[in-house]
Amino acid sequence: MNRSQPLVLGIESSCDETGVGIVRGTALLSNTVSSSMEEHVRFGGVIPEIASRAHLDAFVPTLQEALAEAGVKLGDVDAIAVTSGPGLAGALMVGVCAAKALAVATGKPLYAINHLVAHVGVGLLQRDDGGQHPALPDNQGALPDNLGALLVSGGHTEILRIRNITDDVELLGSTIDDAAGEAYDKVARLLGLGYPGGPAIDKLARTGNAKAIRFPRGLTQPKYMGTADEPGPHRYDWSFSGLKTAVARCVEQFEARGEEVPVADIAAAFQEAVVDVITSKAVLACRENGITELLLGGGVAANSRLRQLTEQRCSAAGIRLTVPPLELCTDNGAMVAALGAQLVMAGVDASGIGFAPDSSMPVTTVSA
Amino acid sequence: MLILAIDTSAVASAALVSDDAPEGVLANFSTEDTRSHAEVLAPGIDAMLADAGVTGADIDAIVTGVGPGPFTGLRSGIATARTLSYVWGKPLHGLMSLDAMALEVAESTAAVPEFLVATDARRKEVYWARYTLADGQLPRLVDGPHVGFAADLPGLPAYGAGAGLYEDVLRADPDFSSEQPDALFLGQFALARLAAGEQLLDSTPLYLRESDAQVPGPRKRAL
Ligand SMILES: [Zn+2]
Repeated sequence: MNRSQPLVLGIESSCDETGVGIVRGTALLSNTVSSSMEEHVRFGGVIPEIASRAHLDAFVPTLQEALAEAGVKLGDVDAIAVTSGPGLAGALMVGVCAAKALAVATGKPLYAINHLVAHVGVGLLQRDDGGQHPALPDNQGALPDNLGALLVSGGHTEILRIRNITDDVELLGSTIDDAAGEAYDKVARLLGLGYPGGPAIDKLARTGNAKAIRFPRGLTQPKYMGTADEPGPHRYDWSFSGLKTAVARCVEQFEARGEEVPVADIAAAFQEAVVDVITSKAVLACRENGITELLLGGGVAANSRLRQLTEQRCSAAGIRLTVPPLELCTDNGAMVAALGAQLVMAGVDASGIGFAPDSSMPVTTVSA
Repeated sequence: MLILAIDTSAVASAALVSDDAPEGVLANFSTEDTRSHAEVLAPGIDAMLADAGVTGADIDAIVTGVGPGPFTGLRSGIATARTLSYVWGKPLHGLMSLDAMALEVAESTAAVPEFLVATDARRKEVYWARYTLADGQLPRLVDGPHVGFAADLPGLPAYGAGAGLYEDVLRADPDFSSEQPDALFLGQFALARLAAGEQLLDSTPLYLRESDAQVPGPRKRAL
């Protein structure tokens, strides 16, 4: 196997995107994604069974397209990588079975990869022509020291510290209930704004007054925060379920009074509450853990206010922020391939084909 | 003709069947458990191919059971079969999974001219189908597959683990009361039907049930 510039094919199926990406070392060759998002619209959220059915039908066509776009044959591939967790169990299962079958049919080594750490892997990618991707930092194919990652999506909300992407990743904080993107979807439904909620709320919030209403910031009371020396139980954790309830109460109160619901103001105030608590806790975690480089990942990285406030607070705290291009922030196969290539280059053993997908795989397990 | 057959509609199983092999079977394996397909199927197929000295190039066609069966397990086999078929460039066929047990019944001394096959559909229901059997013929599917309560099935002799689970209301054959569809019989059935010039199904899963997702109704207003 070529361990210096390995050609790696990555497969992602942990939520509603079927992704296949191909990299050579740190060079991105192709990134094909098929999403079942449209099929979830009428339900107002991702339905795991519908996502799983869609993965089954999308996998082979997505694979074919990714190979064609990269101009490579399966026989040329040095290794295969697949998301084995965390994620929706039934959805993970489809990608894992397909990846194992690929490994059986081709005899190539297979790496079972942690989805969250893979989000960080995109920070290492460079364009195929050897130049830098315009929105990627000057990474020289290596991750900076003192690196953290803030991941915000419909499926997860985490802050990680990465000392070494192949074997030393630590979860500093995460949501203890809903993911931030999930809160957006639920509130968008409350406000009658449709699915997915993130873009709808982001757009409407621009016309509203975020200060008109104040919604609670979860887990910010002293008993949860503690101090830097004596941290409370949820110093870097988030909670969005109380916020969702508060928005529902607020809407009900306007209705009970027979007043028109100020949808734009509520959207703006809700968004401000989410973004404020995410960024303040993330920056706090960075400052207290010596993190000076922060990578933003996950689909909610597309949110204009999240980007703005994260940039503002990072720069005030002397933290350099990197936001990869959006198609690499949302779930995709290239990030899985990118992390797979790092594991190959670091000489890490392949996972074999006997592993089980793990819907709650911890970030300390970079590969199974 | 050498066929690789895979079925994960209940247990995970795979078989290499060939019209050249004695009894038509080159190799096969099956698990007992119905919940670890993603873990055990690929290693099972890999070991089976290695033991039989067979490579992808030797295989003429792949046949997969398309259910009905519990969704997640069912997809394991179909995802595997579709991927192997793509990489090896071999034709892929589907076969209704209950047909496998119908053939097993037909080849046993328990065979009767008309019978049911039933497997566990969970949620107190069974997947079932009705077959007729004429001497020297393959069993013929005459009704199904369906999903429903055992108590609502026709009063015919019933074979399979689904019958065994509800032997109080079904005429369950005791010799078959824990039998599950197996790729061994699935492959043999496919081989016989292809040899007779018949068409098989494609690999579209027979879920029989919707995803269970509810379209949310309008939110109740406070007034
Ligand atoms: Zn993700």
